[in-house]
Amino acid sequence: MSTPTNALTAVQIAAGVRSGQLKAVDVLEQHLARIDTREGEIHAFNLVLADQARAAAAAIDAAVAAGNDPGPLAGVPVALKDNMCTHGVPTTCSSKILDGWKPPYDATVVSRLNAAGAVTVGKTNLDEFAMGSSTENSAFGPTRNPHDITRVPGGSSGGSAAAVAAGFASVSLGSDTGGSIRQPAALCGVVGVKPTYGYVSRYGLVAFASSLDQIGPFTNTVQDSALLLDVIGGHDPMDSTSIPAAQPSLMAALDQGVEGLRVGRITDLPEGADPDVVERLEAAFDALRAAGATIVDVQVPAFSYGLTAYYLIAPAEASSNLARYDGVRYGLRVNAADTNAMYGVTRAAGFGEEVKRRIMLGTYALSAGYYDAYYGKALKVRRMIADDFDRAYQQADVLLTPTSPTVAFPFGAKGDNPFAMYLCDVYTIPTNLAGHPGMSVPFGTGAGGLPVGVQILAGTLGEPQMFRAGAALERAMGAAK
Amino acid sequence: MSQDTSNSQAAVSQGTTGSMIYSAGPVTGNEILIDGWELIVGLEVHVELATLTKLFSASANRFGDEPNTNIDPVTLGLPGALPVLNRHAVELAMRIGLALNCTIQPSTFHRKNYFYPDMPKAYQISQYDQPINIDGFLALPGGKRIGVERAHLEEDTGKSTHLGGSGGRIHGSDYSLIDFNRAGVPLVEIVSRPDIRTAEEARQYVTELRSILVAIGASDAKMEEGSMRCDANVSVHKPGTPYGTRCEIKNVNSIRSLGRAIEYEARRQIDMNAAGETVRQETRHWDENDGRTHTLRSKEDADDYRYFLEPDLVPLAPSKEWIQAVRDAMPMLPGARRARLSEATSIAADAEAIMVVVERGQDDYVLAVATAGGDVGRALVHVKEAFADLGPTPSVPAADLAGLTLLEVAGTITATQAKTVLADIVAAGGGNAAAIAASKGFEAMDTGALEAMVDQVIADNAVAWAKYCGGEDKAMGALVGAAMKASQGKADGKLVTALLQAKRLA
Repeated sequence: MSTPTNALTAVQIAAGVRSGQLKAVDVLEQHLARIDTREGEIHAFNLVLADQARAAAAAIDAAVAAGNDPGPLAGVPVALKDNMCTHGVPTTCSSKILDGWKPPYDATVVSRLNAAGAVTVGKTNLDEFAMGSSTENSAFGPTRNPHDITRVPGGSSGGSAAAVAAGFASVSLGSDTGGSIRQPAALCGVVGVKPTYGYVSRYGLVAFASSLDQIGPFTNTVQDSALLLDVIGGHDPMDSTSIPAAQPSLMAALDQGVEGLRVGRITDLPEGADPDVVERLEAAFDALRAAGATIVDVQVPAFSYGLTAYYLIAPAEASSNLARYDGVRYGLRVNAADTNAMYGVTRAAGFGEEVKRRIMLGTYALSAGYYDAYYGKALKVRRMIADDFDRAYQQADVLLTPTSPTVAFPFGAKGDNPFAMYLCDVYTIPTNLAGHPGMSVPFGTGAGGLPVGVQILAGTLGEPQMFRAGAALERAMGAAK
Repeated sequence: MSQDTSNSQAAVSQGTTGSMIYSAGPVTGNEILIDGWELIVGLEVHVELATLTKLFSASANRFGDEPNTNIDPVTLGLPGALPVLNRHAVELAMRIGLALNCTIQPSTFHRKNYFYPDMPKAYQISQYDQPINIDGFLALPGGKRIGVERAHLEEDTGKSTHLGGSGGRIHGSDYSLIDFNRAGVPLVEIVSRPDIRTAEEARQYVTELRSILVAIGASDAKMEEGSMRCDANVSVHKPGTPYGTRCEIKNVNSIRSLGRAIEYEARRQIDMNAAGETVRQETRHWDENDGRTHTLRSKEDADDYRYFLEPDLVPLAPSKEWIQAVRDAMPMLPGARRARLSEATSIAADAEAIMVVVERGQDDYVLAVATAGGDVGRALVHVKEAFADLGPTPSVPAADLAGLTLLEVAGTITATQAKTVLADIVAAGGGNAAAIAASKGFEAMDTGALEAMVDQVIADNAVAWAKYCGGEDKAMGALVGAAMKASQGKADGKLVTALLQAKRLA
C-alpha cells in the first residue's frame, strides 16, 4: 500500500484498515516518517513509542486478516499528552519530579483507545503539570509551532496540538483545565474539544485541578473529534465524577446542520482580542447565519471574573494534588538530614517556577484566615458564572467567542509576566468553571498567515449542538477554499 | 466500685520552674468533684469498619497480612488514581449512626492536607462540616446519656515503624518502614459531647460503644489491634464557671489506660490550677510505662489542614429508602437486650450478671430457658457462671437447664449440688438434671441433720473455729469446706454459712 495517509482523516483511516484496503502498519510508517523528518525541530514528544506502535499496528492488521474487527479507531495513530498514565511507559507531566516513574496501570482513556484499535505513537510534551499556555514551562524544553517554529504552539497541551498539526499522529488527546486543549488547537490550526465535565473519565489523568480537568481530542476535522469522543466518552465507574448517563453519538449529530440553531453573541465579553482574531469571529457569525442559524445577543456578566476566580481555585486544588510528590514513594528524591528537609529539597529541585508559583498561591488561598477572602469568594464567583451561562443558554443553543485573543506568539514574548500569559485563557477559562463544553475550530488565518480558531461554547451536555455548529463552520471554510 | 489508685504516687505536674509539685492524693474514677473541681471529658473514638475492601478502592481491608500486599494505585495515591466510595462502608456508618440515635443527613467529603510519609496523597479524605451522622447519644448501662456530636467517615493512614536510636519516634530514628495495608481502610470517627464527668464514665462509654459496634457488625473494635482507637479531651473547671482549657490525650491503647490517662491528666490540671499555673491547650501523649501524659505539640504548632471540598467525590445523600432498609436490618442493641433481661429477672439492667450475659450474647438463651418453664433468675446465674466458653448459642438444650433450675427452686437440690449437676450437663452437652442428681444421691439435707453436722465440723476444726471467732473471717472458708466434705456436697453452702455466723454470735 502506498496511499498517502496525511490527506486521510481518522474516520477514513479506520474505515480503510477495517475493510482491509489500508494496512495499519503502512499508515503508521508514514506518520513515523514525518516524525523522523520534523520532530527534531518541533519537539512535540517527550517519548516516541515506535516499536510498541509497530507491534500494535501489526496486531491490528493480523486481526483484520483473521476476519476480526479491531474497532472504530482501527489503525489510527494517536498521540497522548504525557499526563495520561500508560502501563509500564514513563509518564512525566514534563516534570523532573516524576523522573523514572512508570505507572502500573493505564488511564481509562488509554484502555478505551487500545480497545478501539488505536495505535499510540508517543507521549507529548506539555507545560509542567499542564500549568501554562505556551508549553514553555516544560522541564524538557518547549514545543515549537509547526506553522512557524519561532512561535509557541500554545499550551498546556502544546505537544498534542503540534503532533496533529505536523502530521505526527492522526489524532491526539490533551487535557483542558482552563483552555489547555482549545488554545493550542487555535494556535496550531486544528480542532480541539473540551467536553462537559464528567463526559470523559479522568481516571489515570494526572490531576492538576480536579474540579476543572477534562480530557478531549485534537483532530484535523470536527468529525474525527466526534469519532474520538464517541470512543473515549461515557461513564467510568473508576471516576466518581463521571456522568452516569449514556451519551448520544456525536457522529450521528453532525449531519443535522444548523438550521434554526440559536447562536449567541456575548455582548459583554471582555475586550482585548486582536483585530485579526475579531475579524475571523465576525466571519464565523456570518457563516453560521448563512447556514441557517439565528444570531442572538446574550449577556454573561460574570464572564470577566473568570480569570481571577480560576487563578484561586485551580492553584488551590493543585497545591493539594501536587503535595503527593514528596520523594517518599516514587519519582525524584533528593536526600537530606530528615524527612521534612527531604520534602523541601526534593520539591525545590523537582518542580519548575510556574508550578511552585501556583502551589504557593493555592496554599495561601486555602490557609486559615484567608480561605473566606480568597478560595471561598472564588467559589461564589464560580457559581455566578455558571448561573449567568445557564441564563444565556435559555436564549441561545451555543455561544461564539474567540478562542485565544491572539495568534501564536513568539517564544519568550510573555516570559517575564505571568499575568500576561494567564490572559491567553481569558475566553476559555469561564467554561471550565461552569463545567460546560467548548471547542475550538480553525477558521482561517490572521496576522502573518497564522491560524485563528473560533470557540464554540454550549451548556451542560450541549455537545451535539456544539458539534453541529463546528461542522457548519468547517463546511463554510471548505467551501471558501 | 474498684478504684485505680496505682498512679497516685506518680500524680505530679511539671511546674514552670521545673520543680515537681506532688499532689495531695489520688483522683479516683467515680468522684464528681475533686477538691472542688469538676472533670469534663469528651471522647473521640476511631473505629475501623468491618468491610471487605477499603473506603475508596478494591484492595482488601484485612489486618495482619504481609506488609504492602493490600495496595493498589488508589491506596498508594499514585498520580491519576481516583477514589470511589465503598457502599458497604456507608451502610456500616449509617448503622453506627442509627445505633447512636443520630440523624443521618446528606454529607460531603473534604481533603485534610498535611505531609506525613505514611499518608500517600499528603491529604486524608474525611468528612468535615457535613458529616453523615449528627446529634445522637449513647446511653450508659446505668441510664446516663452521653451526647454524640457526630460520627463521620474517613480513611485511615498507613502505618510507620521508626527504627534505630529513637525509641519508636520519627525524630532521631535511623530509618522508617511504611506499611500501606492500612492506608485507605474505612474509619468512622465518633465524637462525643463533653458530657463525661468521671474516668469510670469514660470507661463505661467506650465499653458500651464497643459492645454496640460489635453487635451491629460495624467493627471488631479491638483496641489492642488498633481497630478501635480513643483520644480523650480533658479539662477541669469549678462548677458554675466556664469550662477550662482542654488537652487532647492520644496513644491510649486500652480501656484501662483510658481511665488511668484521664485520672492522671485531671490531677495534673488540678494541681497546675492549684499552683496558679495556666493549663495550655495542647496535644499530650499518654505513656503507658511511666503512667503520665507528655506534651506532644502545642496549639501554636498545630497544622493548618487547609480543608476544602474533595473534588474527586460527589456528595453522599442516602435515600430515605436506603436508610429505612438499613434500619430494618438492625439487630437488637445491647441496651435493649439488657432492659429485656432486667424486666424478665427483676434485676437491675447494669447488674454484673446481666452485663456479662448480654456481652456474651447469651441473653436469648437465658430467655429460652424461661420459655421452657425454667426459673429465669437461676438460669441467669448459671449461664453467667458456667457458660463462659459456650458462646451465644450454647449446646446445652434450654429445657435441660430449665429442669435443673426447677429442682433448685423446689428445694430438691442445693445450689452447690446444682453446680455439680450443671458441670456434668455442660460436659455432656445436655442431660436430665433430675436423673443426674439422683445418680449422685443428691438430696437436700434437712436442717436438723445439718446443724448436727456443723457442730461436728466445729469440734473437728477447733483451730479454724477459734480464728473465726477471733474475727478472722477468712477462716470461715475452711469450716464451710469441711462441712461440704462431710456432707459429700449435699449441704447447702449458704445454710452452712448462716449457721456458722449464728453460732459465732451465740
